[in-house]
Amino acid sequence: MSEAETLRATRSPQPRSSASEPKRRGLGRRGEEIAKILFVVPAAFAIVVLFGYPVVKNLLMSFQEYTLRTFITGEAPWVGLQNYLTVIKDDLFAKELANTALFTIGSIVGQFVIGMLLALFFHKHFPLNGILRALFLLPWLIPLIVGSAAWRAILEQDSGILNVTLERLGVITEPVPWLTSPDVALIAVILVNIWLGIPFNLTLLYSGLQAIPDELYEAGSLDGATGWKAFWHITWPNLRAVVNVVLMLGVIYTLKVIDLILGLTQGGPANATQTIAIQSYQRSFVEFKFGEGAALSNILIVISLVFAIVYVRANRRQVDE
Amino acid sequence: MFKRRLMVAAAAVALTSLSLTACGGGSGGSANNKAGGKVDSLTVLDYYTDEPSHSQIADQLSKCGTAIGVAKVNHQSVPGPTLIQKVLQQASSKTLPDVLMLDNPDIQQIAQAGALAPLNDYGIDAKGYAKGPIDAATYQGKLYGLQPGANTLAIFYNKDDLSKAGVKPPTTWAELKAAAKKLTVGKRYGFAFNATADYEGAWQFLPPMWTNGGDETKLTSPQVAGALQLWKDLVDDGSVSKSVVNWKQSDVNDQFIAGKAAMMLNGPWQIPALDKAKINYGVVPFPVNTPGQTSVAPLGGEAWTVPLTGDTAKMQKAAELVKCMNTDANQLLRAKQGGIVPTKLALADQFKKEDPEMAGFVEPVANARARTGKLGPKWPDTAKVIYTGVQLVLTGQASPADAMAKAGASQ
Repeated sequence: MSEAETLRATRSPQPRSSASEPKRRGLGRRGEEIAKILFVVPAAFAIVVLFGYPVVKNLLMSFQEYTLRTFITGEAPWVGLQNYLTVIKDDLFAKELANTALFTIGSIVGQFVIGMLLALFFHKHFPLNGILRALFLLPWLIPLIVGSAAWRAILEQDSGILNVTLERLGVITEPVPWLTSPDVALIAVILVNIWLGIPFNLTLLYSGLQAIPDELYEAGSLDGATGWKAFWHITWPNLRAVVNVVLMLGVIYTLKVIDLILGLTQGGPANATQTIAIQSYQRSFVEFKFGEGAALSNILIVISLVFAIVYVRANRRQVDE
Repeated sequence: MFKRRLMVAAAAVALTSLSLTACGGGSGGSANNKAGGKVDSLTVLDYYTDEPSHSQIADQLSKCGTAIGVAKVNHQSVPGPTLIQKVLQQASSKTLPDVLMLDNPDIQQIAQAGALAPLNDYGIDAKGYAKGPIDAATYQGKLYGLQPGANTLAIFYNKDDLSKAGVKPPTTWAELKAAAKKLTVGKRYGFAFNATADYEGAWQFLPPMWTNGGDETKLTSPQVAGALQLWKDLVDDGSVSKSVVNWKQSDVNDQFIAGKAAMMLNGPWQIPALDKAKINYGVVPFPVNTPGQTSVAPLGGEAWTVPLTGDTAKMQKAAELVKCMNTDANQLLRAKQGGIVPTKLALADQFKKEDPEMAGFVEPVANARARTGKLGPKWPDTAKVIYTGVQLVLTGQASPADAMAKAGASQ
């Protein structure tokens, strides 16, 4: 028996609450109830003001003709579903939706697969592991606006370092129009977003891997589960909860990305990188059609909500199991 | 029972604080009651955050304050892209400044929204000003802003590059194309402009569009298609980098300074950077397509306006301040300091003498056309069609003849 266990054993017969008994009597049952509620009030207040109010306001705005004029006169006539119809009937809407889907799926798949491989790699013990892992977190530390400006310079068609390097290595003969061709720009934007998302995936998956007890692998290896089999039968099932969180948060983060795309292409060239989030930003803060911007962001919220519900369902089933 | 009461109390607290946030800053409204009293201070909002402009403007404002008998002028500056958002916040919380600087294409939109006082009410008119600044500041027949100086776009060329190649600064589109082609050597392009997917890209397309007789109210015309063809030809034959769809005006300037472009379309605000880099450059107006056309470039620059704050005494003084910022002496001073051209036509000769470097911009500014002159508050929608159309052409997604229609021009 270790020291701690001894201590626990000697203490356990006593009712643990006895020490706090006099205090509780001082406050009284009702007092304690108040105290409990008081503890919740700040959080509830913060949720209502910082979360509830904007969401409700955004919802109301999407049914109003909310423009520059509204700020000055306070008038925002109700227009029913007009804003939703305007944004959905827009010629670009199908493209925005497709781009949002491609951008999200592409980014998530790339981030997750690379993040997973790196996490597995760093899970092994080797020298300089810690330093290398820290280096991989760098994209996270760089402000997005700096990151996108740097990538814009790297991806520059004529003198960008990526094209120059690829040409010198003989990989390409013609410069790749990373950000200047409508066929390539979305891919380039996705690649940069993958770079940006790797640290998040790496960190969470790595910590998930560390939580899996070594004994499982030892036992597994006795049964012949090594390498790919060990991953499939031991790592993956034990990592599922973490994977769910990573994918779910990843989808929500990626759906609403605007700063990166604004920094790289402004939604261009020729609308090739327009997403719903970019349109929402542009309608609200460039064109000052706040009602239409709100309608688009509500559409995004609904899409995110679908993923959130799927996630909650999946997790509940897991807990039930 | 008790629990419920507490919940109600909590809800009440939440609601009051909500309404407090909603009208936060509303206390500024109490200033309205002071109408008729003596005015001892005025607030001014602009986007001259950069030095030395900020201090120069502050100095001019406080001197004007003294001249009109206002002891203190509070000068605030916010970054350019956030100015309108700031104005909207202030409008909803009734804390608009007494004097507001606006970029000229925004004046009519803000005037339409009902935030500005007509300057005519204070006996101010714009007699003797260039046409562009008057058009930009006039909404439904009333004048809402007075613009002390203006800028526009013109062609900057590297004198050394051109003389080495034996090329003269272009005066026609054919010459522009030939010169650009000849000047394209190795890693250096002949010409550069900005064609980004934003208002900057639309503004940079206006010189070819307007010079060729194109009109923003009929974007599907052959004249506009002709201008698109010019941009396309320049990019297609390699005299202009394909990257222009991603280059802001500052990027274009960087390329010019780095020697990667022999000519560029840009504005006089780049002059300090060019001088600092010791570039030997000249400036000529944007070339014409066919002889007999007039080179027309878009009007740039900012105007001073008087927001409707409800404090009549202050608004009166604010109008006097706007007037003072536009005296001949102040127009000339600001023009020399800020790389802009005075908007009063009578000052042109004197200005050319005093600031020969800017002489190349005097004529383009006198002819400069306001973006909102014809469309008024509808300009932003049209600008979006223009820059999208330009991008469709330059990326090969549409022909010059179809691009504007494809970009959403419904005319």
